[in-house]
Amino acid sequence: MSSPILNAKTLPFCKGCGHDLIAKNVAKGIEKAGFAPLDIVLVTDIGCHGMIDGSFNTHTVHGIHGRSVALGAGVSLALAGSHKKVIAFIGDGGATIGLQHIIEAARMNIDMTIVIHNNMLYGMTGGQTSGLTPTGFRTTTARDGNPFAAHDICALTHIAGAAFSSRILGLGDYSDRLAEALLVKGCSVVEIMELCPSYGVKLNPKRKLSEIMESMGRREGAWRNDRPGFLYTGSPSSSDLTGKLPVVLMKHKGDLRSRYSIIITGSAGEGVQVAGSVLSRAALSSGYHVTQKGIYPVTVGVGFSTTEINIAPFKINYNGIQNPDAILVTSRDGLRHNLKRINRMKSGLLFIDSSLEMPETGADVTVRDFRAAGVRIAAFYSILSLVSATGIITFDAISEAITGLGLDDQVPFRRLVQMLNN
Amino acid sequence: MPSNGNSRMVITDGSRLIVEALARAGAEAFIGYPITPANLLYSYAAARIPIMLPAPDEITTVQWMAGLSAGGRLPVTATSFPGYALMIESVNMAFMMELPMVIILVQRLGPSTGTATCGAQGDLLLLRGQISGGQQVPVFCISDYHDCWKLSAEALRVATELRSPVVLLTSQESIMTRRNFDLSELGEIAPIKRKVYCGKEPFKPYDADNSLLPEFLPLGNEEHQVRLNASTHDKKGIVQHSTPEALDNTIRLDRKARHNIARYTFYEYDRQEDAERLVIAFDITAAAARDAVTQMRIEGDKVSLLIPKTLLPIPDEYYGIIHRYKTVVIAEENINAQYATILFGQKLPGSIRTMGCLGRMIRPDEIVNEARRS
Repeated sequence: MSSPILNAKTLPFCKGCGHDLIAKNVAKGIEKAGFAPLDIVLVTDIGCHGMIDGSFNTHTVHGIHGRSVALGAGVSLALAGSHKKVIAFIGDGGATIGLQHIIEAARMNIDMTIVIHNNMLYGMTGGQTSGLTPTGFRTTTARDGNPFAAHDICALTHIAGAAFSSRILGLGDYSDRLAEALLVKGCSVVEIMELCPSYGVKLNPKRKLSEIMESMGRREGAWRNDRPGFLYTGSPSSSDLTGKLPVVLMKHKGDLRSRYSIIITGSAGEGVQVAGSVLSRAALSSGYHVTQKGIYPVTVGVGFSTTEINIAPFKINYNGIQNPDAILVTSRDGLRHNLKRINRMKSGLLFIDSSLEMPETGADVTVRDFRAAGVRIAAFYSILSLVSATGIITFDAISEAITGLGLDDQVPFRRLVQMLNN
Repeated sequence: MPSNGNSRMVITDGSRLIVEALARAGAEAFIGYPITPANLLYSYAAARIPIMLPAPDEITTVQWMAGLSAGGRLPVTATSFPGYALMIESVNMAFMMELPMVIILVQRLGPSTGTATCGAQGDLLLLRGQISGGQQVPVFCISDYHDCWKLSAEALRVATELRSPVVLLTSQESIMTRRNFDLSELGEIAPIKRKVYCGKEPFKPYDADNSLLPEFLPLGNEEHQVRLNASTHDKKGIVQHSTPEALDNTIRLDRKARHNIARYTFYEYDRQEDAERLVIAFDITAAAARDAVTQMRIEGDKVSLLIPKTLLPIPDEYYGIIHRYKTVVIAEENINAQYATILFGQKLPGSIRTMGCLGRMIRPDEIVNEARRS
């Protein structure tokens, strides 16, 4: 059979292989559905079915085992809004490997037709059991019959939301039913039951397709979900990510001559990172270069929260802190996280909440009830203590940074200054 | 700090600059999969890239990207080792099909899951050996915010011109640490103008001229049939076992990245007259190396600095530079001198000294000490 879609009379399959009929029915179905050859992108993968590419006059893509549906979904996304149709061929072995891709295409209702060549075993690699092998069906890896039940791919895709799922007994002319699937706007799945003459027939002599289907409790049919095919409607919320960043003006002056490294450490949810951002922004507005690194466990809402800040009158390249000039500790979590560093300090400043036990350190220690201001602003209180003690940044710069970051409602700057002065 | 009337000083992380640069260069789709420490890239992409889709897994990610790319869109994703490991078969597929895409690989401490929130530079040997057959995917490496901007755009350009996946390599500290930066220092990024096949003859997707670069035509076009293939194939894209034409195509795939490397050789060479020492560092370690070299020069040592940005394939220029020095210190945040091994093999020349560490950044003073020891 030669047609506008197929360019070969003889297809590259074993005698009696159901794949041959599938290719011819798909080609006929494409014509019946009114598609021209270049309206179709045929995506195949590994397995005997994937040898068909060269015989189709459509666009063709030959991918890797089990992934034709995901690859085809990507093509469909690229061609969205056009009249093009993506057809993904996959075997039952590929469907086992790439089951997630099929379920995902069904869930998203991606506009494509998935043709599952279900001969109930991996044919190309030697007749091994797949996830679609029926119970009792003999394969080269289950000589006494497969002990497991087969996935019901139609039920799975239907319940996942595919617009159209159908099962066909792969004998004779079933091109009308393929044309029906191809005309669906959304995800259409066609499972075609067939037998592999090289392994399936030889290992299961005298068994017929209809009888095998009956033994599985499966029947031909079509199942629909009345829902529109996926069309990407998202749009970027930003046209310039850098344009969103607040520009900081150098309105203040700092007189640091060398690098100054600060660690603020406390508990998650207690404003440590935001306080670090305030200090960083105030430092920048004072003419310093600055780096800020957040450190916290992967469970961001619990445990310690630490931020490391470097301030310098020159460009900072390396941003690690070996010998901090100041450590600000507002909670037990923070103390535990930085205890060794505090112990190692031979100079510098340690600001520590009065509720905490005093660690061994060579730093000059300031004890203050940071948490008296409220746990969520303890870290802010601590940075005010630092700038008050060192003068590296002015209160005005801190105040403006709080305002600039939109934190006036959360950080009672004046009250904290009063507390500091008392 | 000095400031002029045009300066736009902000505090930002590098992830933001990378995504903005890619968007301006013409990235049309970002396929997202959440993984630390690449999450900021995903978040920014969700706000900025025209098409952003969340993939259910890393294999799907690259398969969708390949489909989008084959359909004429330029896709990007970001991941870290555990995700990249799952992507590799699909990266091989995209390499074989010759589909442009950019994968941002944010290194973290391995092996396996390792420590998600700890930086590292441990994926270089993986990247060098990721293609079955030994062919090379171009790998660019970011060393500062200017690279976040320029190199990201270049990665997309080169991916498009070479019809190849390109890896944009970075690491946790490089793109998650926030720094002050003057946005006025960033140059314009022109959108990539993509050339497509315009001939009358049937399109052969793998037919290349002396540039070894085949022309591109998207799937679904009305003019010509397009056949793409991940298996050994001829110029038309038809599966072949091992015909001379198909094997020639596989050989071309091996040569095309190196043949065109002049298009994408990026490095920073800070040469000091009469220096006999050279420090080589990249990614986050480049920051420590810059400080180390500055300190050494202040203290009277003569030393040069090479920051490779095109890590793979290796530009010949690097060997030319390295051979001018009596001693060369290669610093990288791993315990097995990965880039040094890629440069010179297991048996390093006597002039090469390597240094590394695990679970933390290499410090400038460590580089200074090693350079002075040599």
